[in-house]
Amino acid sequence: MNRPARDQRSFARAIGGAFALSAAASIGLTVVYALGGQPQIEGALIGASLGGLALGFVWWGTHLLPQGPFVEEREPLTSAPAERLAFTEDFTRLAQETPRRRFLGRMLLVAVGALAAAAVFPIRSLGPGPGRSLFRTAWRRGSKLVTEEGGPVAVGDLPVGGVVTVFAEASVGVADSQTILVRVDPASFRPLPGRETWSPQGYLAYSKICTHAGCPVGLYEQSTNSLFCPCHQSVFDVVDGAKPVAGPATRPLPQLPLEVGPDGLLRAQSDFTEPVGPGYWNEGS
Amino acid sequence: MITRPLARWFDDRLRASSFAHHALNKVFPDDWSFMLGEIALYSFVILVLTGTFLTFFFTPSSKEIVYQGSYAPLRGTRMSEAYASVLKISFDVRGGLVFRQMHHWAANLFVAAIVIHLVRIFFTGAFRRPRELNWLIGVTLLALGIFNGFTGYSLPDDLLSGTGLRIAYSIALSIPVVGTWTAFLIFGGEFPSQDILRRLLITHIMIVPALLVALISAHLAILWRQKHTQFRGRGRTETNVVGSKLWPTYAAKSLGLFFGIAAVGGLLQINPIWLYGPFNPSTVTSPAQPDWYLGWVEGALRIFPPWEFRSFGHAVPNPFYPAVLLPGVTFLILYAWPFLERWATGDRAEHHLLDRARDHPARTAIGAGAFTFYVVLHFAASNDLLAKTFLVSVSAVTWAFRILVVTLPVLVGAITYAWLSAVHRSEAEGVLRVPLAAFVPVEPPPTDDEGEHVEPPPGHGLYDPRSTAP
Repeated sequence: MNRPARDQRSFARAIGGAFALSAAASIGLTVVYALGGQPQIEGALIGASLGGLALGFVWWGTHLLPQGPFVEEREPLTSAPAERLAFTEDFTRLAQETPRRRFLGRMLLVAVGALAAAAVFPIRSLGPGPGRSLFRTAWRRGSKLVTEEGGPVAVGDLPVGGVVTVFAEASVGVADSQTILVRVDPASFRPLPGRETWSPQGYLAYSKICTHAGCPVGLYEQSTNSLFCPCHQSVFDVVDGAKPVAGPATRPLPQLPLEVGPDGLLRAQSDFTEPVGPGYWNEGS
Repeated sequence: MITRPLARWFDDRLRASSFAHHALNKVFPDDWSFMLGEIALYSFVILVLTGTFLTFFFTPSSKEIVYQGSYAPLRGTRMSEAYASVLKISFDVRGGLVFRQMHHWAANLFVAAIVIHLVRIFFTGAFRRPRELNWLIGVTLLALGIFNGFTGYSLPDDLLSGTGLRIAYSIALSIPVVGTWTAFLIFGGEFPSQDILRRLLITHIMIVPALLVALISAHLAILWRQKHTQFRGRGRTETNVVGSKLWPTYAAKSLGLFFGIAAVGGLLQINPIWLYGPFNPSTVTSPAQPDWYLGWVEGALRIFPPWEFRSFGHAVPNPFYPAVLLPGVTFLILYAWPFLERWATGDRAEHHLLDRARDHPARTAIGAGAFTFYVVLHFAASNDLLAKTFLVSVSAVTWAFRILVVTLPVLVGAITYAWLSAVHRSEAEGVLRVPLAAFVPVEPPPTDDEGEHVEPPPGHGLYDPRSTAP
């Protein structure tokens, strides 16, 4: 509290120095800024400018100013009974001096409730209803498979072990239609029952949207025929109907039925036969 | 000096001297842990200042353009106007990058300070009567802080944040019954929609900040009214506050803290969005981790087993449990804690003196266990990075976390309880009999002649040393 005067003087000098440093840095900042700016130097100067003020204030507070301890008494937080009573009387005046207050109270409640209900409706303007949009994608019967650059995929384009992201023609970049096309050795797997015609010449196409949380399932490992989701590490087995084999995903990636057109281009036989992407309440209806 | 006439001018019109006199003499306890809330407050001030600057340059539009700005590696790339405007802030607006970095650091610090503040409040029992109200407001501030952190993080429309938004959409979709409608109304249609960036911006810079300002004001007003708690010690009682006066000592230190926090932000690079590239729904960065304060939700999403409820054509999909239910229950318990504890201990008395963690072995054990749970989840959010670093399979790491997240909190809780009970008991006996006793600082319980006037009220502890001492 009562430091020797010599001590006080040296702290005053240090604090003055800190403020001077801050001032110098701020002037430097102005100069750097005027000369066109440079983020690293700006950052360092802001650091010095604010840091100098910080040091100065903290030293001032801890070394020059009275340290106490000071004691302050607490006042009780609860009101005195008389105060409470007075307030209660004031407040209940409305009820006491209103005839038919029950009736009025109920009607007021109805009016406010109805207004509140009406006020909820603008929320509906925020977006279109989901309708059937989550059940459909841009894929149609006969849609050509095209790459992100827009070029069609012919049956000879992909070597065994090759992988490419495709979209329905005229819908390149449409998020819910992104599909991952993998070519595997047709002899190395048996299609699932009912999907015998879906994978001509070893071409397997699956929705690229993870059925867990919707990230693109972008990583393909040829040696295990697995697709990995980089977000939450779900793993899907490409030659077993893209069933999840590890991670949090529960549903296989929906498979797109493929065919080879007379022109040798890969086409979809139809849209996906089940909803793509993460699950939702009525996905099974 | 101009101050004296100025003060007189105001006092002539407001009769403020008496209030100002009381305010300047208000006493603040001098404990370092009381700075945590202040750090959060100052982070918020810095967020508002730097964020205001950023709004002048940000364009909340997902309209696709071809980048022609000064960052050469991305020139000619197709990207949204929003992403291009953040590149402009980073490379073309003078001082823009520094403001962006300060803003992002301050956001991370804001939530961190709130979390540590909450931990301090919890373990010292500062949430007890009469401070339940401020606990409720504080928990709300934490939720809003996390939420606004996420909305801000999503604005640049880079590949990393776009993926985060994609996951958020899927989480909304997973809510039973109303999920699809909720997701469509929030996003303005199926993901990715044209409206979401504008909505995120309004939420991020107007709606949530307004709520934060209102609640922070209420938090401080209540604090002012109720005065601070304080740790037990010489001269400190339930009916006084011992510490520094607001003016000038406390104000000087506090201002120093403010500038210190502001100084941190400008120096280090954070969130270099130009390295992630623009968002494109069919690509993703790997590894992809969110900002730290959502690590626990991300971790839960990663290690939750592939379970979900399905019947009669309806589904409650997998992300619902880790990403809706878990946060919901977390905040429910946080909100309810003061009332749960009051119900468990029967302690309805007013408390202004703080507990030490050891005074309440049960509360501390529960807190330590819960904290462990969230820390394990937090690290589980990096299961891919850990697998890569330690050259093991991702699924082995995932399984290790699945086991740890269940066992470790229980273990930590049990050890904490056993240990603190022993410390607590031995304090009453004056003899310390715990394993590793050398590490426990033994302070005799404060006695009357040290100015400790207050007996713990009946039912004060979950654990009463006198009744169980052998």
